[in-house]
Amino acid sequence: MSHPTSATAEPLVDPAVHEQVMAEAERIKALGEASERLARDPVNQPTISNWLEAMGNDNPRFRQGEAPPSMVQVWTMYGLGGKAPADDPLHAMMNVLTDTGFTAVLGTNCEQSYERYLRVGEQLRVTTALDSVVGPKKTAMGVGYFVTSRSTWYVDHEDGSAEQVASMLFRVLKFVPTRAVQPPVDPPEASVADAADGPDASRFVLRPMKNRDTEFFWEGTAAGELRVQRCNACGVLRHPPGPACPSCGALDRGHVAASGRGTVFSYVVHRHPPVPGRELPILLVLVDLDEGVRMVGELVDTEPTEVEIGMPVQVDFRRVDDDLTLPVWRRTGPAEGSRA
Amino acid sequence: MTGDTGRTLSRQTAIVGIGATEFSKESGRSELQLSVEAARAALADCGLTPADVDGLTTFTMDTSSEIALARELGIPELRFFSRINYGGGAACATVQQAAMAVATGVADVVVCYRGFNERSGSRFGQFSVAAATQVNTNGLDNAWTYPMGLGTPAATVAMQARRYLHEYGATSEDFGRVAVADRRHAATNPNAFFYGKPITLEDHQASRMIAEPLHLLDCCQESDGAVALVVTSADRARDLPHPPAYVVAAAQGSGRDQFVMTSYYRDDIGIPEMGVVGRELWRQSGLGPDDMAMGVLYDHFTPYVLMQLEELGFCGPGEAKDFIADGAIEIGGRLPLNTHGGQLGEAYIHGMNGIAEGVRQVRGTSVNQVPDVQHLVVTAGTGVPTSGLVLGR
Ligand SMILES: [Zn+2]
Repeated sequence: MSHPTSATAEPLVDPAVHEQVMAEAERIKALGEASERLARDPVNQPTISNWLEAMGNDNPRFRQGEAPPSMVQVWTMYGLGGKAPADDPLHAMMNVLTDTGFTAVLGTNCEQSYERYLRVGEQLRVTTALDSVVGPKKTAMGVGYFVTSRSTWYVDHEDGSAEQVASMLFRVLKFVPTRAVQPPVDPPEASVADAADGPDASRFVLRPMKNRDTEFFWEGTAAGELRVQRCNACGVLRHPPGPACPSCGALDRGHVAASGRGTVFSYVVHRHPPVPGRELPILLVLVDLDEGVRMVGELVDTEPTEVEIGMPVQVDFRRVDDDLTLPVWRRTGPAEGSRA
Repeated sequence: MTGDTGRTLSRQTAIVGIGATEFSKESGRSELQLSVEAARAALADCGLTPADVDGLTTFTMDTSSEIALARELGIPELRFFSRINYGGGAACATVQQAAMAVATGVADVVVCYRGFNERSGSRFGQFSVAAATQVNTNGLDNAWTYPMGLGTPAATVAMQARRYLHEYGATSEDFGRVAVADRRHAATNPNAFFYGKPITLEDHQASRMIAEPLHLLDCCQESDGAVALVVTSADRARDLPHPPAYVVAAAQGSGRDQFVMTSYYRDDIGIPEMGVVGRELWRQSGLGPDDMAMGVLYDHFTPYVLMQLEELGFCGPGEAKDFIADGAIEIGGRLPLNTHGGQLGEAYIHGMNGIAEGVRQVRGTSVNQVPDVQHLVVTAGTGVPTSGLVLGR
């Protein structure tokens, strides 16, 4: 199969967006260790015992006044319903990226290091700093930035000294998901009703659901090809596509680029009710392709009174945006044996 | 007979109770409450109580779960619950589910229900973004039509209707005769939305275009309301107040290369799935079209009534326009259809109100009673995988 996403010179991220992200990163890094918090409770045996039980750890050392080092995060958890403070550098950076379109998040690394075992009765304090923001990077998940934060745990002593007892590097990828699992509507579904009726209705784009069985079709339209699934075992053509050949059962399949010629098998003039993002009426045709399969599409540049069953049509492509190109149809002549 | 002899669903069970809310444009109550009211009415109709009920069936689309309805009704325990997919195609299949459960002893009394605020709440007639964005194979199927702009029920039907007109030389007026018959029947049904409001063929032709070739009066009106049906064994049915409406046959059907509302890719873009249902109804019942005193044929859009007459064998392919031409489907005609007014005239309750009318016709209590009804056929949603019933005395 050919692949339409050949290398391009376009940057991964709009330079203005990148500049904004990096400027915010510098500002937040400059805050240094912030979001300082004390643990809710001193290191204590009941919490240690619960943790050991949950982890299946029965080391007797932790029944005698010492806490497992890997528990360090437990002591400074926010608790149920707790929230990161407004000055938390990690959250601030995450919000910057969410607001600039990098909505998805994936934890990638968590490295903890421990200076010593903690003792029952010690009061912990934690700070968080933004360590680095690296990107944009193209990953299998999508284009995004790696955000690394550093948490540091201290025990404050009576003499005023602060002893660092543990630290943690936490790295996440904040990214724009690739289209493997496509957000089905734009804007998101929750606001669809508003969008369909509201002032932005004309900008509404209904995106096709896709999966690995069907995405070749949409990659084809983006590349200016009308692709029809073809069985690699018996050669049968098929539309709509699916994983198993209806003729021979083979799962091995490819596709051919159709000629784009066909005739109108049936049609609809849709006048009511409104279709989000579209002007009415819409002419819709069910096309018998010369290759022998059928397809639905919009008939463009044609008056409702001009449409006829049997009318020859030719495919064209309407690029909606980077992610969607729709096949549309144009009439190329009157129906065979028609009055026209 | 193609099935095993001796194994049959026919006449083992009956619909013994029917209940409904009023049909309106704005119920003012929750969908669950509507189903509660309809189920209570259906149980009261047959003299049973929630304590007698041990099974519930509904549509996959229904927003009220079986357990929610059981809680509200005070049904102590459920031994059977199930749902059927594909929109209105589920209607008669809810009765089939109930009948199979009762006939096999899995349950004793099953209530089939459907309740929605389909006008004041989520409207089915609109362009359905939700249908196009389902994260399942239905969503993938709809990718071939909805993003192109084809995504309302009327428009998807219009694609089939246009081809039907072309192949058989039928006209919009032939569709209109279905609407005229339904509205005539609704006009004398006090429970119908269009009670007292008959239409003429001229009214039909003058109504505005929705999705050519469909006029407004080819399309049913979205409605709020609920209907419930009570199914129990034939033995138990004989002890209950009303004459039983025996389930003489109950069938489901899906055709070759089937889609939901967009089965456009097979040679015949009509509704062969209803042919599957019809053949099975006649096989189970040992009856045929000529044995039917009347029919309740799913009519959310008029063209499908013509296609169903052909698929069920009342006439040959393309002959429906002649079959209905002389008032044959109106009360007093050869095959009265939709004597409650149908979904075009009474209300669109996803076909469940049509089953209730079938029961009334068997009982002899319809407002448009057909004389001497021994058997009748009821169908469910068209353009989708569907179902049907033969009910009888
Ligand atoms: Zn094959």
